[in-house]
Amino acid sequence: MPDAKQGTKQETMHVNLKVKRYDPADSGGKTWWQEYEVDIHPDSTVLDALIEVREQNDGTLAMRCACRASICGSCGMKVNGSAKLVCKTRAIDVSPNGEQMTIEPMGNQHVVKDLVVSLDTFFAQIKRVEPFLQPDHVPAQGEYIASNASMENLLTSMNCIMCGCCVSDCTVLEVDSNFIGPAALAKAWRFTEDPRDGKRDERLKMLNDEDGGMWDCTRCMKCVDVCPKGVAPMDRIMELREAAIQAGNTNTPGYHHTESFYNSVKKNGRLDETRLAIDSAGWTNLPRLLDLAPIGIAAMRKGKLPPLFPHKAEDHKKVKDLYESVEGESK
Amino acid sequence: MKYAFYPGCVARGGAPELYDSALAVMERLGIEHVELTKAACTGAGVLQEKNLKMGDILNVRTFAMAEQMGLPIMVLCSTCQGVMAQANHRVKKDPEYLAEVNKHLAAEGLEYKGTTSVKHLLWALIEDIGLDKLKETFTRELTGMNMAPFYGCYMVRPTDALEFKANPTRETSLEDLIEAVGGTVTDFAGKTACCGFPILFINQANSMKMVANHTGTAKDLGADAMVTPCPLCHLNLDGYQPKARKQVRGDKADLPVIHVPQLIGLAMGMSEKALGLQKHIVSTKEIVRMAEALPTRI
Repeated sequence: MPDAKQGTKQETMHVNLKVKRYDPADSGGKTWWQEYEVDIHPDSTVLDALIEVREQNDGTLAMRCACRASICGSCGMKVNGSAKLVCKTRAIDVSPNGEQMTIEPMGNQHVVKDLVVSLDTFFAQIKRVEPFLQPDHVPAQGEYIASNASMENLLTSMNCIMCGCCVSDCTVLEVDSNFIGPAALAKAWRFTEDPRDGKRDERLKMLNDEDGGMWDCTRCMKCVDVCPKGVAPMDRIMELREAAIQAGNTNTPGYHHTESFYNSVKKNGRLDETRLAIDSAGWTNLPRLLDLAPIGIAAMRKGKLPPLFPHKAEDHKKVKDLYESVEGESK
Repeated sequence: MKYAFYPGCVARGGAPELYDSALAVMERLGIEHVELTKAACTGAGVLQEKNLKMGDILNVRTFAMAEQMGLPIMVLCSTCQGVMAQANHRVKKDPEYLAEVNKHLAAEGLEYKGTTSVKHLLWALIEDIGLDKLKETFTRELTGMNMAPFYGCYMVRPTDALEFKANPTRETSLEDLIEAVGGTVTDFAGKTACCGFPILFINQANSMKMVANHTGTAKDLGADAMVTPCPLCHLNLDGYQPKARKQVRGDKADLPVIHVPQLIGLAMGMSEKALGLQKHIVSTKEIVRMAEALPTRI
């Protein structure tokens, strides 16, 4: 095959697609893989290739798209296993040497037909965070004034076009459909940071306390990786956690885990794994402590239980000095 | 090659076999190292939830120590790799922030200029030593052994801080290593997913589902073992596999999970004990038997 990278001279690029199909009309719903080959302009996107398939090869292929300019958020799907807006993804970047590309519907959402998923799951998650301003007073001038800086701060989350890519690839949603998800948490952050909102504390408390809330994120960064608009949902979740702790929400294993880790390094320069496990379980939480015991015994029998008294880094007192200089600065 | 060696808390704590096997493999390869015994924990992304700047200061302190020695840092842990790469990325792109961080280090006589690189043993072997040179130290090919790669999130994301564009081999480093030792890659979708360790103490039910799904799927696809560059993933995938498999799939833990230097050590003909393979929760006896049954060359 001629080098498709020389796009300026070459008029077409050959694309080999393997598409996951699903037909709900088939008895019980049938899933199968179908291969297509099309020729497109080398500057084309994966969406262009799919449209070419639908118009020239197979009119039964269902997909969703609208703006073709990565602003409507309609064309999220998995390309080689990762969620992408296909209108923003050039075919040549996915398949520089003509490799077959795999296209599937987004994950963690109900498939309606072929590459089209229902957004019901996505919007049910978004609704859980009450995604609208709830001011606690009416301003005297009849207008809510917010500073430029406070609005610029919200730009990451406000860039969200609700395409569902982050929800598609979230590794927690794969195992727990009750998790509120990265998109909803990034949306919630946007309201906790908005100076016009009057429910910041209630929002933080709710997301801190509820099952499937902010502490269930594993920090795997998949959502940061796949978000086509730079929302970086996991970074927003980390900011929510910091804000929740500062607002006095100290009742979760997540809080104890973070606090124990922070203090362990402060004291020893290193992580005290045994202490982290016990602190996170809670010193008075007998069932959870008993739950840890068999694992500890199994590790001990293999000669690898972490030391009861932690190894300390040499010069660990200097680490403590550093902590104190940073903590003193923020007071 | 010589490195400022940063083994990380887990290799010096809950996974001592990683530390021992890494030193054994490095010695066989003639890799020199000076251990950074004064360096602090990276924070593992957890400390950063409470105070991001504190985490950056601790990591920049470690970079400055290595810089003074004129050595690149070698780590044994995906999480150390990722957290350090992110900290390095933040201070390198923002000189004002670096100056601010350096202010805190002045009391110790340290100042980071931004020249330290951080490389996991896996990357160092591929990028600095080279797989061909590595192969020269092998005494057997692990032919017929099916290995499922499991990277650990921080080894694969975010790709900009990890400099994947400048170092394209990083994306397939684990598969390339498995092929270099003569093994067969058992590819599966979960290889770049989360192992569940970060939420082990927060939402154990979800964490167990992740462990059971990954180890069960890899086993169903024919893997004889799983190999990981991350000791945190190892703690969960090995240590909690019996509980997870019973709880989630109703079956038994049957997939040994080994560290990167243990895989290399098996190809170098090292013994079970030298590699600490007897210290695993899920038995590694079958893969040791498979390796030892293969023909050796001198």
